[in-house]
Amino acid sequence: MQSRAEKLVWQSASVAAIEPRTPTVKSFFFRLAQPVSFVPGQHMDVRLTAPDGYQAQRSYSIASAPESAGPVELAIECLADGEVSPFFHETVAVGDEVELRGPIGGHFMWRVDDGGPVLLVGGGSGVVPLACMLRHRATRASAVPVALVYSARTAADLIFGDELRSLHARRDGFHFLPTLTRETNPLPGVRVGRIDAELLGDALACLPSLPKIAFVCGANAFVETAADALLGLGIAPATIRTERYGG
Amino acid sequence: MATRGFSGRGRDAAAGQPGRLPPGQFLTTDFPVLSAGPTPHVAREDWSFRLQVGPRPIKSWSWSDFIRLPITSVTRDIHCVTKWSKFDTAWEGVSIDDLLADAGLEAPTQFVLAHSYDDYSTNVPVKDLLGGRAMVAIAYDGKPIPAEHGGPARLLVPHLYFWKSAKWVKALQFTERDEAGFWELRGYHMYGDPWREQRYTGD
Repeated sequence: MQSRAEKLVWQSASVAAIEPRTPTVKSFFFRLAQPVSFVPGQHMDVRLTAPDGYQAQRSYSIASAPESAGPVELAIECLADGEVSPFFHETVAVGDEVELRGPIGGHFMWRVDDGGPVLLVGGGSGVVPLACMLRHRATRASAVPVALVYSARTAADLIFGDELRSLHARRDGFHFLPTLTRETNPLPGVRVGRIDAELLGDALACLPSLPKIAFVCGANAFVETAADALLGLGIAPATIRTERYGG
Repeated sequence: MATRGFSGRGRDAAAGQPGRLPPGQFLTTDFPVLSAGPTPHVAREDWSFRLQVGPRPIKSWSWSDFIRLPITSVTRDIHCVTKWSKFDTAWEGVSIDDLLADAGLEAPTQFVLAHSYDDYSTNVPVKDLLGGRAMVAIAYDGKPIPAEHGGPARLLVPHLYFWKSAKWVKALQFTERDEAGFWELRGYHMYGDPWREQRYTGD
């Protein structure tokens, strides 16, 4: 939890790099004027200012592990009717400056020291804070049992897909269970279909015992479906933490 | 300093009403759902609401008691700390003034801690609950509040950030001091005035 003494201030951040992740998601790497320490799961607020003084603010989950020395990575999905994300995708270039504030969020967070087993359930760009938790776990060479259920439209839409598959291949207690909802040409062995109790049950079966904590992140409808299914599978409500991306 | 190439988009939505959007907010016509955990489902037959002073219950109402209280209708703008605002939301419920009147109670302290069915809590000064500024709402847009928006009943304090409008409210507890609730303990502002952009601790 953030201490009462730390006031969050806006600071300048320059774009150090931009990396496409999927057809609709790009990672933006920000060099902060004043580096911050954060816990996986937290997010940064971003502020843009127009010449007439008009300002827009949005929140984006931090994707990079807290241990990584370089710029902070935010993975931003382009929303067709959005105001800020299309600006990032279409206009922002390396060297540009924006304002950031954070880290923010005192509930949807996990560190290796919090223990497990952990169940992670992500839909679309909801995987970003969960990937941060996994990158942190990998950096710490932790063996805490974790299962990630990740629902995306097609294989190309799996953000950090290669990285998640290679973490799974380490066989160090992390299990990756992707599911694709609109894939028409799945590779053999790739699950197709929406998230449901059966898939979540398969994820729970990968863990040595019931999860100590479960994190569910994505659009509201996805989170409702997943959380209700977890309750139906006997997971205690107090162990489920949700982060809902708007509607 | 201006952000290179940024001029804003969709600003016209609120442009005709200068000053109606608090700083840092954007206007939405959706009604986004946010919560810390799963949606609790509380049946009306199991629902009750109580006032308590410290640990001491003063009065409680069942659903059928509650809906016999005077019902007030309000239309208000609401502002979420996650940056969205929604104009002209219509609510019906029992004002906190009428709740106290029915309990035969004058507010015994200056602060309240609201408690919800999922163990959520949030603190609000008494002065921000009285004089028609707040209610326990039971209907939104003319219909029972859906569970994901806090039904059967939620606190409604629209002049503060909407995390103060505790969903699934079950009790208002009068406290001697301003006691930090769930989000206030996790980095969010103790008061939460959107017009002073009091989002986070220290703002």
